[in-house]
Amino acid sequence: MEFLLQPLTLLTFFPILGVLVILFMNSEMKNAIRWVALVTSLLTFGISLWVFSMFSASNPDLQLEAKYPWIHVAGWNIYYYLAVDGLSVLLVLLTAFLTPISILSTWTAVEERVKDFMLFFLLLEVGMTGVFLAQDLFLFYIFWEFTLVPMYFLIGIWGGPRRVYAAIKFFLYTMAGSILMLLAIIYLGIKADTFNLPTMLVRLPDLYATGAITAGTQMFLFLAFTAAFAIKVPMWPLHSWLPDAHVEAPTAGSVILAGVLLKMGTYGFLRFNIPLFPNAAIQAAPWIALFATIGIIYGAAVSFAQADVKKLVAYSSVSHLGFVMLGLFALNAEGVAGAILQMVNHGLSTGALFLLIGMIYEQTHTREIKVYGGLWKITPIFGTIMLIASLSSMGLPGLNGFVGEFTILLGAFGSKAIGSPWFAGISAIGVIMAAIYILYMFQKVFLGPAGEVTHHHELKDLNWREILTVVPLVIFMFWIGLYPKPFFDILAPAVEKLLSALPL
Amino acid sequence: MTQPQFTDFYTILPYLILTVWACLLLLVDLFIPKNRKSITALLSAVGLTGALGYSITQIGLSSAGFNRMVSLDGFSTFANILLLMSGLFGVALAYGYTKRMGIERGEFYILLLFSVSGMMLMAQASDLIVVFLALELLSIPLYVLSAIARKLDSEESGLKYFLLGAFASGFVVYGTALIFGATGSTNLADIFAKAASGETSNLLLTIGAALLLVGFGFKVAAVPFHMWTPDVYQGAPTAVTAFMAAGAKIAGFAALFRVFSTAFPALAADFTDILWALSALTMIVGNLIAISQTNIKRMLAYSAIAHAGYILMAFVPYGNADVAPVAIAAGLFYLAAYAVTNFGSWGVVIALEQAEGRGLEIADYAGLAKKHPALAAAMTVFMLSLIGFPPTIGLVGKFYLFRSAIAGGFTGLALIGVVTSLISAFYYLRVVVNMYMKEGDPVVEREPLLGFTTAVMAIVTVALSFVPQFLFLLAGTAVLR
Repeated sequence: MEFLLQPLTLLTFFPILGVLVILFMNSEMKNAIRWVALVTSLLTFGISLWVFSMFSASNPDLQLEAKYPWIHVAGWNIYYYLAVDGLSVLLVLLTAFLTPISILSTWTAVEERVKDFMLFFLLLEVGMTGVFLAQDLFLFYIFWEFTLVPMYFLIGIWGGPRRVYAAIKFFLYTMAGSILMLLAIIYLGIKADTFNLPTMLVRLPDLYATGAITAGTQMFLFLAFTAAFAIKVPMWPLHSWLPDAHVEAPTAGSVILAGVLLKMGTYGFLRFNIPLFPNAAIQAAPWIALFATIGIIYGAAVSFAQADVKKLVAYSSVSHLGFVMLGLFALNAEGVAGAILQMVNHGLSTGALFLLIGMIYEQTHTREIKVYGGLWKITPIFGTIMLIASLSSMGLPGLNGFVGEFTILLGAFGSKAIGSPWFAGISAIGVIMAAIYILYMFQKVFLGPAGEVTHHHELKDLNWREILTVVPLVIFMFWIGLYPKPFFDILAPAVEKLLSALPL
Repeated sequence: MTQPQFTDFYTILPYLILTVWACLLLLVDLFIPKNRKSITALLSAVGLTGALGYSITQIGLSSAGFNRMVSLDGFSTFANILLLMSGLFGVALAYGYTKRMGIERGEFYILLLFSVSGMMLMAQASDLIVVFLALELLSIPLYVLSAIARKLDSEESGLKYFLLGAFASGFVVYGTALIFGATGSTNLADIFAKAASGETSNLLLTIGAALLLVGFGFKVAAVPFHMWTPDVYQGAPTAVTAFMAAGAKIAGFAALFRVFSTAFPALAADFTDILWALSALTMIVGNLIAISQTNIKRMLAYSAIAHAGYILMAFVPYGNADVAPVAIAAGLFYLAAYAVTNFGSWGVVIALEQAEGRGLEIADYAGLAKKHPALAAAMTVFMLSLIGFPPTIGLVGKFYLFRSAIAGGFTGLALIGVVTSLISAFYYLRVVVNMYMKEGDPVVEREPLLGFTTAVMAIVTVALSFVPQFLFLLAGTAVLR
């Protein structure tokens, strides 16, 4: 019992309770199943707030630890070890926050096999929360791989016409990266004689110093972890699974995919790559900055060329996550803090965009930009919220996106690790390009003469449920945009601790 | 030479219980009417359970018997428990299947018991002569079982297995002869001592050991000795295939592990490379050919080949004294994980199989999730476990195997292992795609015992991944040498 009542254990595994309830419900009771899933995820969100209330922002260390020996035989020091710190607490909250919103968004959009959908969705939440909390590499790997399974089903069963292809591509692509990480984890576990991350961090400097792990090996290990995380982010040129997965996924799947799953990649860099392989991280920083910059420009350019709104937003993610990567590998306080905040921002703004696109798609069953036009007049509430989300996504001052991107660029300009202000300079063009493709899309869809779909459909504006779904996101867009200090305060001590261990 | 003592019999008591029970059952079965053969099934399950019970009490015991011809240790006890459980699961899967397919005969279960006893003897054998006896004892009933359906493909399966199996046994005998020629002994410990003393002909010894490897490689279906596997697995009655896939693999690996780690650690310099190549080839060929299979039995057959490669991978560093215990423990752990997953997945195959071999195409699984969500969920669990994905025991097992290979310094081989796992995900997922993402109308046999067994396997596959500690400890006691 003591085990189950640990705040973080409760937070991670609470959705299982919902899973068990739904498992024994008749699949015809669709509404009841939806309610159970929603209530479960809301309660989980409540638990996450409770966890947050116990979290001390001034403490840079891991907190609220739940630690038990799990597989404890010679050479296998594997712990069940969950803990939270400033690096992960916002992402945990984001996960718990986006899940009920996504479930709410499926209320009328998912009519087929509702039971299975909710089962997979709640299981997905368990996996995601676990990824952000696990402090043992073996445990982390289990959660990390596990998130693939429910997401695979969400795309493959409830997705668009090419769903099976997209689901398998998503699964194999991601697995291709994580198997390399698996080998690296095993290697580290053998060398450090533990899989427990904090202990490993204590032992590794000695292993590096004595040459038990050479600089070359460190680089290989760094690259193996990078393979897993860079595919997940996704970093250019490993992004090609993302547009397929996003376009084919059902709305709620896209929201979670963009909002949380991609962050697992950037979070992985933050939690594992940088502290475990400090020298390799510094060495690789300029290269990662290069790929991030290419990703920013490439993502923005390709977004501009899209005819499908959802695809446009999907490619914009490649661009936005490029900023996050640039900030992380600036390896200074501004860059890393900005990157973490930008992870949250991207979850909010892109999440909102996907939700809104899903709402209009439900009515018209098309996402082609050219068939819309003049939507604003017919659906003003939808238009207003879409405008806010778009502006947030392109980084307008006063909204959240600006704060994150500005801090990242600030960090990247002065970064010793990256070593050249050019990357930041070129990336700044990405911000302008974002304005172009977002406003272009907005103009074509909402302004101007009515397009064929706008003409022929009896379009309804957002109903109360739909407004309730997106408004929480909008509130946070303004909050972070106007007063980001409390968020930075949560991050700062942990970021400082992370960076102080680097030999820069 | 000392005369057998009473205590000698204790070392092989589970084996004796099973053999005597099987002989008695052979007589009892004569008085059981033809339409009541489920009694024989029940009685054989009782025999297996009795032997299993005694085997469990032997955990932690260690001794040698019959002039060191057999040994009882953590290794053999682990294998025995696993084999007896496999026997039980085999009976459970066969119970309804044989009835439905019209091949229910008393001999079926009795042959299965004899085969299990041969496998157990194989795990305990510490003399090459006993290894050979055990090999024949486990194989001959399997040949008969494969052909027991008396249909063309079943007979083809039995004959093919018999011919190639006999050929492989020949290798074992010839290898034994050469080793005897080189060292003057067939006892594993004596062979080791002689080889270490340096008075032996290394060439003869190496050739002998290589011939043994061929024989064992055949039993565990390692490439290039795997040719029989797909045809035999496909043609044999599915319940037999399920038992054979787990049991023969466990027994083959038990013999390989014991013989090589006890008798030939000195030959590791030569055999490491050979095992490396065998393992890499098995993983690559098994997984690649599995991709193009449309028949679920054939696909699982190639998957069985591939898994032999993974287990071999862990055994490659057997000559390294630091890693050898890990290698053997990892192999046994994975065999346990594989056995559970294997019986579960074959259970699902049996549930969908119809007379005349219908219902065996992967395409026949389309729409299973809608009609029978529990069965589809179970199959998903098994497929994930075979890929090595959480939350299943397959992941923990593979983690152990890779750990052994990396600890032994064979990172390249481990890399081949993970890359082929990725390839395998493709064909295992195809089953999942059919079940969940395609429309269809599969016909499923409702048999309580089969459903129960499959459900138990699914639960165990998941649950063991959460509480694997005891299995780790048990496998960790299996130190040879």
